[in-house]
Amino acid sequence: MKAKITVRLKKTVHDPQGEAIREAFEHMGYTGVASVRQGKVFDIEFEGAGRTEAQPVLEDVARKILANPIIEEYVIDLEEES
Amino acid sequence: MKVKVVVFPGSNCDHDTEHVFRNVLKQDVEMLWHKEVSLGDCDLVILPGGFSYGDYLRTGAMARYSPVMKAVEQFANDGGTVFGICNGFQVLCEAGLLPGALMRNACLQFRCMHVHVRVETTRSPLTHDLMQGQVLRVPIAHGDGNYFADHTTLNDLIDNDCILFRYSTPDALILNDANPNGSIYNIGGICNKTRNVFGLMPHPERASEEAVGCTDGRLMLQSLIRSLEKDKLHSERLVTA
Repeated sequence: MKAKITVRLKKTVHDPQGEAIREAFEHMGYTGVASVRQGKVFDIEFEGAGRTEAQPVLEDVARKILANPIIEEYVIDLEEES
Repeated sequence: MKVKVVVFPGSNCDHDTEHVFRNVLKQDVEMLWHKEVSLGDCDLVILPGGFSYGDYLRTGAMARYSPVMKAVEQFANDGGTVFGICNGFQVLCEAGLLPGALMRNACLQFRCMHVHVRVETTRSPLTHDLMQGQVLRVPIAHGDGNYFADHTTLNDLIDNDCILFRYSTPDALILNDANPNGSIYNIGGICNKTRNVFGLMPHPERASEEAVGCTDGRLMLQSLIRSLEKDKLHSERLVTA
């Protein structure tokens, strides 16, 4: 079972790193980029667990450690079992 | 006072803190490795500055799950005094023992400099012996000191008089120019509603001896020790009465 958790700052939270990256785009000559928001992606692989076992674990680690719910939000993607 | 300084992998102000509490403030100090599950006999827990777990993931995010933190949370919930300095403040916010979060400095620079903070309230052990409006000169050294709290939390902090220090000019004005990291409302330090858990980004332990050129930090730490001594004396009297 594989999963991907994407963590990003909430839209209401200022992202100075994303803003600096957008500015670097301008320095590269790419003007017209309205906004860049930086986030994190976690690729997670389980030892033999199925979707039912994995889902609550992913929810728990996303909420409690991978994201700080005060400033961040997360999306969990479960990859299809092969 | 029995002071415990928690040492996480990556703490680097632990020995400065130990030195000042032991040799300057003459307190009984013990270091506590983060894998300990009990605090032992203890009047004050300090989470020191540094880069616990290399600041991986988010500052303080992993230290917050170190084994010792269960005991720290229990101690805090029982009314014990817990003080977080810089990375320690970040750990306390991640642990939910203090509200809000500390984000990357808005300027994106690691800021290592002296700043001024204005004392906002004397209703905390750390500020009890100071004066409201008093300005202290203290060092900061951090990349993630940008304090964030949503609107409700910020109003809650203000209404409950939980903001201890705000970044100010030397003459006590709260200006954007005096804010080194983009913190909301120029917040440099806060306490919880029960006023027994507090954290700040500046390093009072680095400003406690003439030799380092600045002693304003010692005023905070002396206030803290005196407040704890008074409380202890008071509770001992209650027990013997």
